[in-house]
Amino acid sequence: MTDLSLSDQAIAGKTAPPSEARALRLPTQWIGVAPFFIFAVMFLILPTLYLMLGAFQNDAGEFTFENIAALAQPSIVAAYWISIKVSLASALIGAFAGLAIAIAIVRGGLPEWIRSATLTFSGVASNFAGVPLAFAFLATLGRLGLATVILNTLFGLNIYAHGFNILSFWGLTLTYVYFQIPLMVVIIVPAIDGLKKEWGEAAATLGATTAQYWRMVVIPVIWPSFLGTVILLFANAFGAIATAYALTGSSLNIVPILLYAQIRGDVLHNAHLGYAIAFGMIVITGLANVFYIWFRTRSERWLK
Amino acid sequence: MKTGRFWAWVVFILGAAYFFIPLIATVEFSMRMRRGAYSFDAYQIVLGDARFQATFTYSVIAAIFTIVLGVLIVVPAAYWIRLRLPQIRPVVEFITLLPLVIPAIVIVFGYIRMYGSNSWLPFLGNDTATNALLVIGYATLALPYMYRAVDTGLRTIDVRTLTEAAQILGAGWGTIITRVILPNVLIAVLSGAFLTFAIVIGEFTMASLLNRPAFGPYLQNIGANRAYEPAALAIIAFAITWGCMSLIQILSRFAPKSANRPN
Repeated sequence: MTDLSLSDQAIAGKTAPPSEARALRLPTQWIGVAPFFIFAVMFLILPTLYLMLGAFQNDAGEFTFENIAALAQPSIVAAYWISIKVSLASALIGAFAGLAIAIAIVRGGLPEWIRSATLTFSGVASNFAGVPLAFAFLATLGRLGLATVILNTLFGLNIYAHGFNILSFWGLTLTYVYFQIPLMVVIIVPAIDGLKKEWGEAAATLGATTAQYWRMVVIPVIWPSFLGTVILLFANAFGAIATAYALTGSSLNIVPILLYAQIRGDVLHNAHLGYAIAFGMIVITGLANVFYIWFRTRSERWLK
Repeated sequence: MKTGRFWAWVVFILGAAYFFIPLIATVEFSMRMRRGAYSFDAYQIVLGDARFQATFTYSVIAAIFTIVLGVLIVVPAAYWIRLRLPQIRPVVEFITLLPLVIPAIVIVFGYIRMYGSNSWLPFLGNDTATNALLVIGYATLALPYMYRAVDTGLRTIDVRTLTEAAQILGAGWGTIITRVILPNVLIAVLSGAFLTFAIVIGEFTMASLLNRPAFGPYLQNIGANRAYEPAALAIIAFAITWGCMSLIQILSRFAPKSANRPN
């Protein structure tokens, strides 16, 4: 901190004579971050606050809880519920599968090129979302998709006759997992790398079996970052709309699609109900991120 | 250890199957257009479609403006925080993470209601202003990635010494940022730029709700109306994402590795 105040003086002395330095200090101090804060307030914070306040107002601008109460109608509750289920299922499946892959490539004794190839591919696949991902899964598991056809002709298994449908809860979950697993791999590999070799040696010296080492050292250390990432994956899936919309149209009524329809055409016939739906989404992803930050700070104690 | 390696292979192969089967299926599907033979007809039709060219160009231009706007906002802020205001770093980091908390659809909904034609700042009043609003929205989506990339780049150089040296040589703030700091973090900025490009190029929600003729809404429209073209477009989109990520990896080889921190 001392050299900071030194450079402060140096700069203040350069830009203004001492008598004016005090008056000028505050504005010059903030000028570099001003564009950032103006941008953030105008295009991130104010629009969000506007919706959040709107959720508690009626058409006349009076304060009310009616919009929030109106969220309790069955169609909206069902939309929230299926969104939460899809996000939670895809986050959990993605997290465990991603963890397994991460452990396999870091600790499994596989050749080095597999690790780097997997990490590169994960970087790509975690960003391969939206409309094209839906196309890829329609081409795979749609009624005429390659996997559907092969399962039917080679194994006589008609998955559509057995109740599978790409335009359903499991279809959407399976599609979301495609970007959830790589995201988990990208985030959790550094955490597994952070496990120090000395801990394994120390455990072995004290007579621990491999199982004990995993149960009493590895899992407690990576647990917070694992849980934190699960929550991040949840929020990631919860706000996503493009994949679901391109995959299912509006046949699967998740919250973002409901809100999309409401913004386009006021399908709920109450503008402020749209605000309340947006408010509900912010509350859910916000809560998720509070937990995420909490777990993150806990995990950073170990991984420094 | 033998069994451990066996299970590692099993996990890896299962994972590889899950990730490659959809890609293979999509390639196969995209080539099925001509009856009885594999062909690239779907790609020809897509690439020759005037709407594909128009919307793709639109999105590329939007992405370039987004990158420029992102750099203008993020680089001075990240630099200034390292140099003079380290105490507000947690606040800025929190703000840059907000776009991961607030879904894109909520952000754009806020824009539509706040900056409508009758508001104090009518962004939706004409096309140019709406295009600007789309770029602004994209810049908020890219904010977490851009800030992290630039901040990581700044960490590897000694910001304070470079600044003071430039000042001693008589440089003003504009010169310092454009000719001293920016060249030093150029690779980090480019990494952020390619990631931004990958995110923006096929973005659907914001472009669709602002009624812009962008690539994302075009993709959705083709998906709803055609059979084989969507598969071809998915492969093209995957190739673009792959290209952006490869460029980032190649660039990272040129980035300075040692953290030369002043404090």
